[in-house]
Amino acid sequence: MTILAREQRHSITVKVNGLRYTGMATPRTLLADFLRHELGFKGVHVGCEHAVCGACTILLDGLLARACAIYAVQADDTSVETVEGLGKPEALAPLQAAFQEHHALQCGFCTPGILMSAKAFLDDVATVGVAPTEQQVREMLSGHLCRCTGYDGIVKAILACAEQAIGKSRHESG
Amino acid sequence: MTEPVFSWIGKALPRKEDPALLTGQARFIDDLEPVAGLRHVAIVRSPHAHGRIRSIDVDSALAMHGVDAVVTGSDIAAILKPIPSVVRTPIRYMPVGVDKVRFAGEPVAVVVASDRYLAEDAAEQVSVEIDPLDPVVGPVAAMCDTAPLLHEDADSNCVSFRTFRYGDPDTAFARAARTVSLDYTFHRYASTPIETYGVIAHAEKAPDRYTVWSNFQGPFVLHPLMAGALGVAGNRLRLITAPASGGSFGIKQAIFGYILLLSAVSRLTGHPVKWVEDRLEHLTASSAAAERVGRIDGAFDENGTLTGLRFDNIANMGAYLRPPEPASVYRMHAASNGCYRVPHIAVENRLVVTNTLPVGLNRGYGGPQFFFALERLIDCAARKLGFDPVELRRQNFLRKEAFPYTTPGGATFDSSDYDKAMDMLLAAADYKGLKERRADVRRAGNYFGIGFACGIEPSGSNMAYVSLAQTPEERAKAGPKSGGNASATIEMDPSGSVTVQLCSTPNGQGHATVAAQIVAQALAINPADIDVVTDIDTRNDAWSISSGNYSNRFAAAVTGAIVTCADRVSMRLRKIAAELFECAVDDVELADGKVRIKGIPNRALPVKRVAAAAHWHPDGLPDGLDAGLTETAIIHSETLTAPDDHDRVSSAVTYGIVFDLAAVSIAPDTGKMTVEKYVSVHDVGNQLNPLVVEGQILGGFAHGVGGAMYEELSYDTDGNPLNGTFADYRCPTAMEVPPVTVRHLTTPSEKSLLGSKGLGDGSSMTTPAALANAVADALGREDITLPLTPPTLWRMIHEDIA
Amino acid sequence: MKPVPFDYARPETLEEALALMANYGDDAAPLAGGLSLGPMLNLRLARPAVVVDLGRLALHEIDSLSPDRPVETGALVRQAFLQQRLKADLIMPLVGEALDCIGHYQTRARGTVGGSVAHADPAAELPLCLVTMDGSVWLQSTAGRRNVPATAFFEAALTTARHPDELVAGLEWPDAGEPGTAFAEFALRHGDFAIVAAAAIVRRNDDGRVSGIRLGLGGVEDAPRVFVGSDDAVNNFKDFVEQSMAVLRPTDDPVCDAPYRLALARKLGLAVIVRALERAGLHP
Repeated sequence: MTILAREQRHSITVKVNGLRYTGMATPRTLLADFLRHELGFKGVHVGCEHAVCGACTILLDGLLARACAIYAVQADDTSVETVEGLGKPEALAPLQAAFQEHHALQCGFCTPGILMSAKAFLDDVATVGVAPTEQQVREMLSGHLCRCTGYDGIVKAILACAEQAIGKSRHESG
Repeated sequence: MTEPVFSWIGKALPRKEDPALLTGQARFIDDLEPVAGLRHVAIVRSPHAHGRIRSIDVDSALAMHGVDAVVTGSDIAAILKPIPSVVRTPIRYMPVGVDKVRFAGEPVAVVVASDRYLAEDAAEQVSVEIDPLDPVVGPVAAMCDTAPLLHEDADSNCVSFRTFRYGDPDTAFARAARTVSLDYTFHRYASTPIETYGVIAHAEKAPDRYTVWSNFQGPFVLHPLMAGALGVAGNRLRLITAPASGGSFGIKQAIFGYILLLSAVSRLTGHPVKWVEDRLEHLTASSAAAERVGRIDGAFDENGTLTGLRFDNIANMGAYLRPPEPASVYRMHAASNGCYRVPHIAVENRLVVTNTLPVGLNRGYGGPQFFFALERLIDCAARKLGFDPVELRRQNFLRKEAFPYTTPGGATFDSSDYDKAMDMLLAAADYKGLKERRADVRRAGNYFGIGFACGIEPSGSNMAYVSLAQTPEERAKAGPKSGGNASATIEMDPSGSVTVQLCSTPNGQGHATVAAQIVAQALAINPADIDVVTDIDTRNDAWSISSGNYSNRFAAAVTGAIVTCADRVSMRLRKIAAELFECAVDDVELADGKVRIKGIPNRALPVKRVAAAAHWHPDGLPDGLDAGLTETAIIHSETLTAPDDHDRVSSAVTYGIVFDLAAVSIAPDTGKMTVEKYVSVHDVGNQLNPLVVEGQILGGFAHGVGGAMYEELSYDTDGNPLNGTFADYRCPTAMEVPPVTVRHLTTPSEKSLLGSKGLGDGSSMTTPAALANAVADALGREDITLPLTPPTLWRMIHEDIA
Repeated sequence: MKPVPFDYARPETLEEALALMANYGDDAAPLAGGLSLGPMLNLRLARPAVVVDLGRLALHEIDSLSPDRPVETGALVRQAFLQQRLKADLIMPLVGEALDCIGHYQTRARGTVGGSVAHADPAAELPLCLVTMDGSVWLQSTAGRRNVPATAFFEAALTTARHPDELVAGLEWPDAGEPGTAFAEFALRHGDFAIVAAAAIVRRNDDGRVSGIRLGLGGVEDAPRVFVGSDDAVNNFKDFVEQSMAVLRPTDDPVCDAPYRLALARKLGLAVIVRALERAGLHP
């Protein structure tokens, strides 16, 4: 059993986007703060700290998680994926490229969290092999707040990627 | 071969900003660590809406681990002067309560600690004793003689009362065949960007200077006010904005109070200090759009011609008149006629302070409240006078021949064609079909309504319009003010690469992309090769009081500075080349990255070769040309003159339009409203980048839907805010924003260099009115209050049935 | 908003977790998916001495193998995982329908069934299903295990029969496998806690005849409540709903007043019964 005292900083090791990092955190350090300020993953954005707006959404051991409502100590010895792991500015991942093409972002503050949700969603789509409806994309997106775009471009970008994901999974299975 | 006139401008170019934002590389204020030794602050806030501060005990907080200092309001008052208002009232704004607190959430002390967690622990231990006073939350209650007085130096909570007369409204109403009146209230909500405020303040000792990093969005007219409050010359206050800003919609204007607060704390403690607002702080203590209580009267002749309008506005300003307030009340003032020919207009404005958070810039800024009054009146009048709302509007629209049109209030509307816009709206909405559907639904006993809102979109503000809050005599005494200048700097370095510096502090509007398109066009280079810098450093960059991002000013005003500046650089390149080619400047053109003689393609030099000449060989430059290739243009629209003695002011550069039609159904058993159809016709003049234009329009619509149907910052009778989280402040999600059909009418503006008009507020101004009109039509009643939530609508239906 | 300092304990076994609960009692906050506790910690509304992270306990099983016994779910079964399993196995259609309404895609990914039940929001979907299905909650402490019927477990808003030294270990969902169930809710926004949620089950005897009806309502009062009717209530379900309405004492708050809640309860109550009857092959 692990017991960590409140006042002390504890060594936390997390695999982020495939590489191992170690940093220090007290038990109450938000995972979002740890990723941002201790490990330097500034793409994890914090918008509310009550697990509603979705800007801080990451993948934790493959499951979507609000990094503001999880503590760094919980993530010890886990694997985290953030927006920094998706693609590079000079080589955007298809999902990111679709966001640019469909003007799915304006200020871009909510975008990293939405991209991580979309990634998980598209992985599900590829597994199931059935194209989502616009309604299903909107339902998935309802776990995020965006104040700039009105969501339209985001929906279009994800639907476009879903088409690709289906095509790819068909190609692979066929 | 000449280039097509618009080779880059007008293209739906994907944004330059996106790769950084999409990969987590863009840097926002909380990502910056610009100075060593940063301390973190937590702000102690008043739990009471109104009270007298008796004592603040900081000892136990100071004794805590990691705590460097606790600074109270009275400590801060020793080095920070209160900020006066343009309204001649003794009320002063301070970003911290000193003797009194006037809204729940008002700062009273600041804890400085080694990290935010410890600062929050210590903030809980600061013991603030406040003798509670009776609070007053509503503006009408606040005007009662018996109401508790917020500011004892003022003799009333109604801190400004001004009346305006354009034409002869009294006669117009006396002679009217019919008059129609509408009493209304307009609720309080806010734009709530996903990134909150953030400030890093460093009071340096030598040189004696405040350097502050923040996500401030302007207007930079607040800079001299801030320097004055800190008691330093302007060059001792250096403001730097973060490279990226996570949305603002106006609200990050009000961060200036925290810039002052943090600056003072840094000065008092000797530490550079950082504060990032949390969501609870943002929702309870940042800024809101103004709550209004009002009455509007319209005078009509027997044909339905609008002959007079009378506005009686009571605006709840919150606890202070925080600059640039009362601008929200005066922004639409000169355009009080809306889209209509109405010669006689009367306006009465009462500005009231209450124990609620101060108001400030929020998307639409005064527009939603104004159009809620005017456009609800028109739909209401149509029902009362027996007109179709379309016909009543057509009867009164300004005709296209009338442009440019000077309004009774002094605004000059640049261009448009309202009748044609209405045609487009009706066609896109299938108005006839909607009316048939409405009849069918009603026959079945259900609720279906159609509503309109036709708005104009003032863009590129005259900074002087807010001085309408002063009498002409007061203005004369203060000295004339006018204008809304814009600046841009373009630098071509010795290698021929181009950097553009803007002072438009965007928060997601794609200014860098559009600026690159404009400069690429002028210099015949690729926008991808142009670096556009949009973060401002007041020490290094060209700025002026109207710099910043507000009032849709980019397409209306800032683009003019970019064009002018780019043309100057282009001219310098051509002059240098003409000297090298030994030909006339007029014979030289820029094309495909080259400077060449027109018609002789092989007489060409790479742009970078000419740029190098400007830097490396100043002695060889033509007479009158300076070395290097840096140009700064500061432009000012001649339209924006000072207010005259009759309170007329040309308040903006361009006036696009937003014409909206909403059709809604309401489920009687739940009160749930469904937007069955929404169409919005815009005239933004020439579109500089259609992708960006579409994004702005869709985003403005979403804000309008939020304000109309979901969002409210409410208080209980004790002045306690009721919406402290995103779980109870209900911004619409992707499931709530209905589809919208957008159409464009294009009448290029003659007031802007590219024929573009400002946009951004868009339907955030008109959607609340259009949806309210649709609900009024559906329910057959005019007492419509927002937000149009299911319980509210259910109650109205249920009352009717009962 | 950062939490107050707390100690953090991550037991590897249920025994270790129960020992911690025995030791700390009310000062311990059990942490599962964290979607309720995290925000409450960050807002400093929850101020525990120790957070007990249940994340690594082996309470992730779904036992639905025996058709004669209730479906059992470990407390830490994630909502999204249950959602997929129910759809794949074609069991507990009521819970499957309710899961679609719970929060968002993102919150269901981490949110657990036990966490939702232990948190006991009056409008939460899973507590309502558990009550409507006549399910029960397994509570465990170092002193042993006890089974509490759901109708007794949910006492008031955020208040349950769980003793401070106990943990919610698992849930039992009696599922007769009949298709006659329906779930519906009304919220101000998609994914918000419902203002009112309703669940209905039409029960049959072994001979296929309708034996009764269960109508559950959440969000109306400070805890979910179930109304049980006989076969007669099925035939006169409108009366049954009206009788149920007469008993309710709806919550009144600034967002939704009591008459509105009652109106929604009536509408949704009728709607789920009609749908449940239709799905049972009975045409109301």
